[in-house]
Amino acid sequence: MAEFEPRIVAFLCHWCTYTGADLAGTTRLQYPPNIRVIHLMCSGAVDSIYVLKALIDGADGVLVGGCHPGDCHYQTGNYKARRRMAILKNILNEMGFTEDRIWLKWISASEGKLFADTVTRMVDTLKKMGPNPMKQLWNA
Amino acid sequence: MAKLATVTVKEGRTEETLRVFLKALVAQGVVEEIMIPRALPSGEGFAQALIRDVAMLDHASALAPTMPVQSARVISNLTVRNLGKKVAAVLKPCEIRAVVELTKFLQVKLDNLYLIGVDCPGTFEVADYARMVQEGKGGDPWMKTLLKGMERGEVAPPSGYFLRTACQMCEYPVPQADVVIKLFGYATSQQIGIEIGERLEKELEGKKILSFSGNDPASRNEVTGRVVAERVKKRDAVFQEFKGMVKDLSSFLDRFSTCTRCHNCMVSCPICYCKECVFRTAVFEHEGDQFLRWADRKGGIRMPTDTLIFHLIRMAHMVSSCIGCGLCDSACPSRLPVASLFRSVGDKVQKMFQYVPGRDVKEVPPVATFKEDELKVESGSI
Repeated sequence: MAEFEPRIVAFLCHWCTYTGADLAGTTRLQYPPNIRVIHLMCSGAVDSIYVLKALIDGADGVLVGGCHPGDCHYQTGNYKARRRMAILKNILNEMGFTEDRIWLKWISASEGKLFADTVTRMVDTLKKMGPNPMKQLWNA
Repeated sequence: MAKLATVTVKEGRTEETLRVFLKALVAQGVVEEIMIPRALPSGEGFAQALIRDVAMLDHASALAPTMPVQSARVISNLTVRNLGKKVAAVLKPCEIRAVVELTKFLQVKLDNLYLIGVDCPGTFEVADYARMVQEGKGGDPWMKTLLKGMERGEVAPPSGYFLRTACQMCEYPVPQADVVIKLFGYATSQQIGIEIGERLEKELEGKKILSFSGNDPASRNEVTGRVVAERVKKRDAVFQEFKGMVKDLSSFLDRFSTCTRCHNCMVSCPICYCKECVFRTAVFEHEGDQFLRWADRKGGIRMPTDTLIFHLIRMAHMVSSCIGCGLCDSACPSRLPVASLFRSVGDKVQKMFQYVPGRDVKEVPPVATFKEDELKVESGSI
């Protein structure tokens, strides 16, 4: 049987991580093709519902990428994203879903390498974890 | 500093004493209208009423033992655009805490609003209380039990009846308000305390509505302390029970699969204030093919769909401000333990930010603020 290939939905902010991903591409860095990127203006625009919808509807992991603290183009969007993701993860934890499938990462426009490494590492980790049980719940 | 007036109750008619006080507030122009629970003609329940005519206060009940609506919601309707006249609202502690939360979200304006809070022994489900009245256990007999019990903080419902679970586990029986009607520790058929905060104390003294004198009974602190301790014990037991029931998402869904997606918990919730809620948009009106694809992928799906995302997202949005009034429980037609869910999860999220919803209007809710130096994101994930 073919090896499990996790599917990652990534919400990347326009000013840092998306541009960082672009840089990874233009510098021809290799990283696994398991990621589907959704381009947003700011990580602060990522509502918890986007993340959950992805996880319930078939993603094995969600990556939220934003600017480093202090670098947000809109001043504070990344700090708000951080709280929002922390709250969501805390809620899932309380509901007994303790798997670490939501990653929040700060990756700047100049960190193409970090982006490629992050995706590689996330794919490896998810491969070890196996498919996301949330997407198989028949009564979700 | 708040000032206390101890008020003598005549002939054991405590509610009448409160009505005299409230009527004086209107008659002397302290406020122009009062929002307060008013007895229904049948006597089987109460409804919140905004009252201008003092004669209508005759059937008002500051100690109403039911909570048909979370008054914070109607206070929001009343004040959010403009409130041109001074209005006092007689509320239960959880309603006041919800008002505080909604004020932070700019859904309540406190400018012309005065909050009158009443020590709360807990409330009954509306239907339960109606049955109690039919069986002759509600109305006056209940009021006697309540007034007698408040002195020791031991208010026992008639056999076969229970206070709402949310009330049994509420750690805030004493309100923070502009006017606090104090009952715990008082021999309420003879005397009650009325504590007046800064906003009104000068006016009430000037207009001779109250004279500030007397002290709380020595036992008040001990009584409220005991009531809170008992409720905390109940709360922790409910949390524990919930934890045992919800071990993971699939055990949660086993319990919640009878959710009819009526959104009653959302409608009754004072914290869910969004005018345009994503769950009432076309986002969740899927194409027929979408359901078929899900069923193909999973082998079969439960209908209606989207229960998990509904509850999880509702929590992500409101749980940090959940004040635990339990109106969601009362509103659920499938009798799901929604309040226990929101409270036990909320407890953890609130602790994460050392946030106590409803404590102080000056605080900022966790979802509306951040600290630069928190929740470190290092190489992995948060």
